[in-house]
Amino acid sequence: MKSLEELKAIKERMKDKVVLREGTGDIRVVVGMATCGIAAGARPVLSTFVEEVNRAALEDKVTVSQTGCIGICQFEPVVEIFEAGKDKVTYVKMNPEKAKRVVEEHLKGGRVISEYTITANND
Amino acid sequence: MKELSLNILDIAENSLKAGSTLTGIEISENGDRLSLTITDNGCGMSEDTLKTVIDPFYTTRTTRKVGMGLPLLKMEAEMTGGGLSVESRWVNDFPDSHGTVVRAKFVKSHIDFVPLGDVTESIITLIQGHPDSDFVFSHIIDGERAAGLDTRELREILGDLPLNSYEIISWIREYLNEQYGEYGDKKSSSQ
Repeated sequence: MKSLEELKAIKERMKDKVVLREGTGDIRVVVGMATCGIAAGARPVLSTFVEEVNRAALEDKVTVSQTGCIGICQFEPVVEIFEAGKDKVTYVKMNPEKAKRVVEEHLKGGRVISEYTITANND
Repeated sequence: MKELSLNILDIAENSLKAGSTLTGIEISENGDRLSLTITDNGCGMSEDTLKTVIDPFYTTRTTRKVGMGLPLLKMEAEMTGGGLSVESRWVNDFPDSHGTVVRAKFVKSHIDFVPLGDVTESIITLIQGHPDSDFVFSHIIDGERAAGLDTRELREILGDLPLNSYEIISWIREYLNEQYGEYGDKKSSSQ
């Protein structure tokens, strides 16, 4: 059974790590989490990003965050990827499977998955 | 929404947008009744805003306090024979005691009752997106605590470590799921 005591051990383990993480986060993954996003399935998309970014050991490079309504509710769940020096990439109609592929190919491999972008879905 | 837990996430997001630093989420089940109470210490709403808040075609839009979320929850509650109420104290009128309380009541046996779904995932999502805000969650079933969490207690132990670190989020998920698991085991063995 989990107890709050365990958190003390987690704290000890994390102390060193947090220092290493300062000044990082080159890529920002932003998931739309307003009513439209939530109703369309943004919650599992977000948790998949959190899970897969950690699995791919990208947490020093990638931060996963949430925002409100992006304004294109018919395309939800919407995920925006911001990377310094590059154009913003907007992925639309996301689901956990697509999120996994984005982590693998885009965040890890550096290749934008154009078929998931708004440009490819805007008809 | 497919799960009530998604409405919980949605309504709590309104609280956070209103600047809430302490948001309470209480689910209370009593026999065939389920009530959901979300309490915050955000900026609240004026009486005029409050009157229009459950009208689906009303939204402040530019500041985006409330959109479709409350009307949707109201409809889901009323469809089961329950209802929704909102009380609010606006910061301009109550500078020291502002905030909003949303209460929704449901009849569980009604065919239109939307299942509660994965409450743990909604709590996790809130903490992940708002690591500097505090949440007090409790789920009471027939007077017994099925699950609960107070992020202030976690913060006391963790100090200034961000609550949305992967290790901590994963721990919270297991912590809550274990509580639900234990509650379920206890129920099935007592039957």
